[in-house]
Amino acid sequence: MLVWSRSGRLAVWGLFAFVFVPVVLGPLAILVLAAFAGDWNSVLPGSWTTQHIRDATGGTNLDSVIVSIETALLAGSIAVVAGTWAAIAARNAPRPLRRLTDAVFHLPVAVPSVVVGLGMLVAFSDGPVLLNGTKWIVIAAHAVLVVAFAYSTVSAGLDRTDRIYADAAASLGAAPWRVLVRVRLPMLMPSISAAASLALALSMGEVGATIMVYPADWRTLPVSVFTLTDRGKVFLGSAVTLTLLLATLVLLTAVGMLRGKVEERR
Amino acid sequence: MTATLAAAPTAPAAEAPPEALARPRRTGALWLLPPLLLVGGFFLYPLALTVKQSFVGKDGHVGLQVWRDTLDSPEFTDALWHTVKIAVLSTLGCLVLGFFLAVVLSFVPFPGARLVARLVDTILAFPSFLIALAFTFLYGTVGVVNAVADDLGAGQPLVGFLYSPWCVIFAEITFYTPFVMRPLIAAFALVPRERLEVAASLGASPWRVIRQILLPEALPALAAGGSLTLLLTLNEFGIVLFIGAKDVTTLPMLVHAKGAVTFDYPGACVVAVVEVALSLALYGLYRFVFSRTGAARAGVVA
Repeated sequence: MLVWSRSGRLAVWGLFAFVFVPVVLGPLAILVLAAFAGDWNSVLPGSWTTQHIRDATGGTNLDSVIVSIETALLAGSIAVVAGTWAAIAARNAPRPLRRLTDAVFHLPVAVPSVVVGLGMLVAFSDGPVLLNGTKWIVIAAHAVLVVAFAYSTVSAGLDRTDRIYADAAASLGAAPWRVLVRVRLPMLMPSISAAASLALALSMGEVGATIMVYPADWRTLPVSVFTLTDRGKVFLGSAVTLTLLLATLVLLTAVGMLRGKVEERR
Repeated sequence: MTATLAAAPTAPAAEAPPEALARPRRTGALWLLPPLLLVGGFFLYPLALTVKQSFVGKDGHVGLQVWRDTLDSPEFTDALWHTVKIAVLSTLGCLVLGFFLAVVLSFVPFPGARLVARLVDTILAFPSFLIALAFTFLYGTVGVVNAVADDLGAGQPLVGFLYSPWCVIFAEITFYTPFVMRPLIAAFALVPRERLEVAASLGASPWRVIRQILLPEALPALAAGGSLTLLLTLNEFGIVLFIGAKDVTTLPMLVHAKGAVTFDYPGACVVAVVEVALSLALYGLYRFVFSRTGAARAGVVA
């Protein structure tokens, strides 16, 4: 379409591979290699071992896996419920209020995660609500960081769905609650599950706010990876990173299956 | 009532007629309260306290003392300079690289191009520190690149590269290029293929087609993707933390060092306020570009 000669196309593809392979594929491949490497002093690892993977899925690292998953599920659910609620409610609100909601729910994107963490420390270390030192400060920080993405995803979904179905249901005498549960939410299901996936993935990999606020007994996987690599245990760090990616993949697959189940029932 | 009338002509035609909207409006505002209270309590309130704390010294004295001390310190000026430099250079790199990769994927497709495009989408969901960790294996003193060069008899060309600002920039380009590619690929999908073919049949070279047809079509997506990348690179923390270069301190790193390592909350709050002001200004610009070009067209809606 753009390059017509065969040699020209080959040249462009060559350049593409030259850029794409080291920039995008290389880092991913190298992490997998490192997770299974016994020692690595030349081009390829000198010996192979599964010890790091076994260490990464047992003991304190297993605790971290569970902590990460629990944090992601709790923070993700809070964010998706709040984001969906706000997006739907904003549609029926007066225009100024709707714009205000839009601004407030988009704002966390623009605020660095470390600052969100610092704010949590400043606000909840003493006073009426004491969260510092408990797992809830981590969960609150994660929920704040992902709620913006949940809100904008569901909001975009609302833009694409036709409100005529909801209006038709209402005109046929369905109570507002019934319209919400039987018409609006099912129609929004694709965006809600997309929001849930995004929230889970972001929360699983979050490091900036977590490292500011985490209590000693609530260490998520990314923080574990950092402490490991900081102490020079880079291979174990890679294995834990691989575990993190796999755990995220399992969570996202579960969300996909759940969505399939819900749609089947309808 | 006057407000409704005044707003009506500017409202998009697709909206429901006024009488249908008037009914749910009274209760609609109340339904917004719970989520707004939640975000207000856990996000706006801590942010406001952060601003307040920046004016209170360690001895409880209220004033501009902490601000003066922090802004005058060389570590702050250094961090500010590094942050802006790294963000601007990374964004430029992402724009160039992302444009090239998106053009190839869209208009010079090869077998498996769709798979590659999906892979790029997956990378968006990865944590950024993953790239930094991979870089230690690739470009470290005992890393793969040095080992290959050593085997070829070229010595070790990359000693110290891992701990330089350039490595941070390179890592951020690697991680954030997909953020530019995704809106670009979406924008390119809307370009009629016939237009390229007509241009080529009239004798336009690929360069001219890129310059006169593709670039104008891509500008909104480039602007939206670029300002989003600039915002994200300004706030990037994971990559800088994991590469751990001693002399590369950015503003988020400084917030972390002051807030979580030395527990100097007032100082950390000052840096945080500067950082938030910087990214809010950029975010305003992003929203401006975004609303001008249209979210759907730019394809950046997450």
